[in-house]
Amino acid sequence: MTVTVIGGGVMGLCVATELTRRGIPAAIRDRAPGPHACSWWAGGMLAPHCEGESADAAVTRHGLASADWWLAQGVPVARNGTLVVSAARDAASLDRFARRSTGHRMLDAQGLAALEPDLAGRFGRALFFADEAHLNPRQALSILSARLPRTEVLSGRIIDCRGLAARDALPDLRGVRGEMVVIRCPDVTLSRPVRLLHPRIPLYLVPRGDGIFMLGATMLESDRRGPPTVRAVLELLGAAFALHPALAEAEVLELGADARPAFPDNLPRIRRIGGTLHANGLYRHGFLLAPAVARMVADHLQHGTRPEFMDADHS
Amino acid sequence: MPVLYGTHVESALLLGTAGYPSPRILADAFARSGAGIATVSLRRETGGGQDFWALVQSLGARLLPNTAGCHSAKEAVTTAHMAREVFGTDWIKLEVIGHADTLQPDVFELVQAARILAAEGFKVFPYCTEDLTVCERLLDAGCQVLMPWGAPIGSGLGLNNPHGLRALRAAFPDVPLIIDAGIGLPSHAAAAMEMGYDAVLLNSAVARAGDPAMMAGAMADAVRAGRAAYLADPMERTDMAVPSTPVLGKAFL
Repeated sequence: MTVTVIGGGVMGLCVATELTRRGIPAAIRDRAPGPHACSWWAGGMLAPHCEGESADAAVTRHGLASADWWLAQGVPVARNGTLVVSAARDAASLDRFARRSTGHRMLDAQGLAALEPDLAGRFGRALFFADEAHLNPRQALSILSARLPRTEVLSGRIIDCRGLAARDALPDLRGVRGEMVVIRCPDVTLSRPVRLLHPRIPLYLVPRGDGIFMLGATMLESDRRGPPTVRAVLELLGAAFALHPALAEAEVLELGADARPAFPDNLPRIRRIGGTLHANGLYRHGFLLAPAVARMVADHLQHGTRPEFMDADHS
Repeated sequence: MPVLYGTHVESALLLGTAGYPSPRILADAFARSGAGIATVSLRRETGGGQDFWALVQSLGARLLPNTAGCHSAKEAVTTAHMAREVFGTDWIKLEVIGHADTLQPDVFELVQAARILAAEGFKVFPYCTEDLTVCERLLDAGCQVLMPWGAPIGSGLGLNNPHGLRALRAAFPDVPLIIDAGIGLPSHAAAAMEMGYDAVLLNSAVARAGDPAMMAGAMADAVRAGRAAYLADPMERTDMAVPSTPVLGKAFL
């Protein structure tokens, strides 16, 4: 069996990598990773417990093995956990986040300062999710992409991983717009993603090394892919300033926006339509869930199993 | 059941569509709530929301588009025009925000926008405060429904000024009054209905609950219970105990 994977974002690259690993040759039909791909703009947090605060339990269950999968592919993964903090006036939201998620412990100001010295004195409490991890999405995409052959022709089994572009075949797929900012601030050092809870703007800051941070991300029910709005940038940067005033001196390197592909329950789907197998709908869980979905696709092709995220047959 | 601009509405619960964990959970919450009216934001700052609007339209509820995010009469009027185009209804929840932190309505711009839209034939549902003068001006402007806040949007504080809300009910006995914003718990919704309010509109209390569908059901029960209690004409409160069994003949002195 040979396979052609249409779409070279995180879904397609993970499917092709997983198949290749199992001895099934897979080629990608798409350009090399770049700004045209939704996953180019991702945060790269591998945070199954934090996401469980608002996502379906399946996201946590299938996200737990994600960091191991990425490491096994030779992608650098920082396993330093995640911190969640809130402003003093939103203290109740931190307790609620703790109540609605698993895999964490509450740190006091000293505990926080021990983990992230630059946040010393900024917050009285923090939730620490020790088992979580993060990676650099662009690096991860490039590493997987460099190992996979490219093709212009469709041959063998076809697996469609085009993301939102596959709406022509998947009418229940919708776009959820996200906007992000990349900044450089050598004055602030963080070793792990930090989430700032706020009643209206949940913000996360992911360290990318060399003083570079990714700030994300808005969630709008819109499939518009155009540049970020002033409102979104103001909200993101304002929240960053609340996290640490030194971030006010950061250089803005990049503003980005794209639309995440999502199904109505915001969970991924594997769907067979005619001779094509679709894997899509990673929503805001691209790097977290793509390995699990790729495994399910490979299991289905190899053994004919119907994995958890697979729909009834649409052919 | 409330009659809003000549339309009989089955349920006294109006439910918003923003901020749910997923559209599937939104649909489940609507099914459990029995709400006959769904508010929906046009999100004029981005556009491209057609897929979500189609999902909202498939809920089967009557749509009440809102002008959320507008800060002036001019913006709100433009958004109302767009909403009429997109959703094919002349119902509009008119929301003009005056203060970024509390999301208090700008009642001056609100009255101005209400006058313009009512003259154009819109059925205006103004999000306002419980101020009697403001409410009078809104009725003068052509509104036939008033939607005073219980507390700031998304705060979940309940009914901050019960006295003012009772005074409003008493001042306008024949105007449909809907508590809009601030409801956090079913007890808040029930309290509004017990005061004789015609309906409650809420969103965050359901969308941000751990189990939105279950909370939607709880809100529906509360609204029904509160309405029934109002119609049943509750007993008066007294400061002294009033025994329900006769005390005559017992050594009570």
